[in-house]
Amino acid sequence: MSMLNVFNIAGSALNAQSVRLNTTASNLANADSVVAEDGQPYRAKQVVFAARPVVGGSKDAVGVQVTQVVESAAPMRLVYEPNNPAANADGYVEMPNVNVVEEMVNMISASRSYQNNVEVMNTARTLLQRTLQIGAQ
Amino acid sequence: MKNLLDNSLRVHQAALNTQAYRQQLLASNIANADTPHYKARDIDFRSALQGVLDGRSGALALATTARGHMSGVQSNPLERFVKYRQELQSAVDGNTVNMDVERAAFAENSIHYEASVTFINGLLSGMQRAISGQ
Repeated sequence: MSMLNVFNIAGSALNAQSVRLNTTASNLANADSVVAEDGQPYRAKQVVFAARPVVGGSKDAVGVQVTQVVESAAPMRLVYEPNNPAANADGYVEMPNVNVVEEMVNMISASRSYQNNVEVMNTARTLLQRTLQIGAQ
Repeated sequence: MKNLLDNSLRVHQAALNTQAYRQQLLASNIANADTPHYKARDIDFRSALQGVLDGRSGALALATTARGHMSGVQSNPLERFVKYRQELQSAVDGNTVNMDVERAAFAENSIHYEASVTFINGLLSGMQRAISGQ
């Protein structure tokens, strides 16, 4: 039934946007992490969205799926700190390639999209309830 | 013999189906607002409803002689009325979802859906009153 598919579609979008929000949160949190788990500076991560038909729905019910999380190829930020133990021979420290402004924009965009999809779900719920009450006096 | 109730409900039932299907398409558009290369789709309600009422929605029978051939059977009869939305403002990533347009269409379609439900309820309660002789 078409109306029930709306929940699957909006739900997949909520999931995708929350993964994006999570990634943004990690990037912002690690904007100054000189050493990550692998000993290298932290690299900014970005999610890749793809349109996919939702499970159990027709091919018109297109939801969102996070297909992969890629690491940013942007050059690392070099900061001149000769006294830092992590500095290289020239006195530069490799800092993460997180672009804080970009991440803030991503965060706002993700939360707006999330809100839109929540609204879609609420509307679909109301309409379904009305449908179920057809004929009830 | 088709009774009066069937006949009067038929158009509302078709409208409700079309509106529910359209709601699904619009939800897909809103969900994919950030997906690269996604193309927004919608149906023209008037032509879709007319098509459904005229019975122009039957699946096409295609002979499939090889394994790779498509059956030609549509999963939903309304599928053939789906069109891509005209692009208003191009995006670099090839996405054609315009959130303002989609939200307006979604709100409008919701109201129409509710209206259809109200019509059906009105018809049913009218019939009920007629049956009970009030």
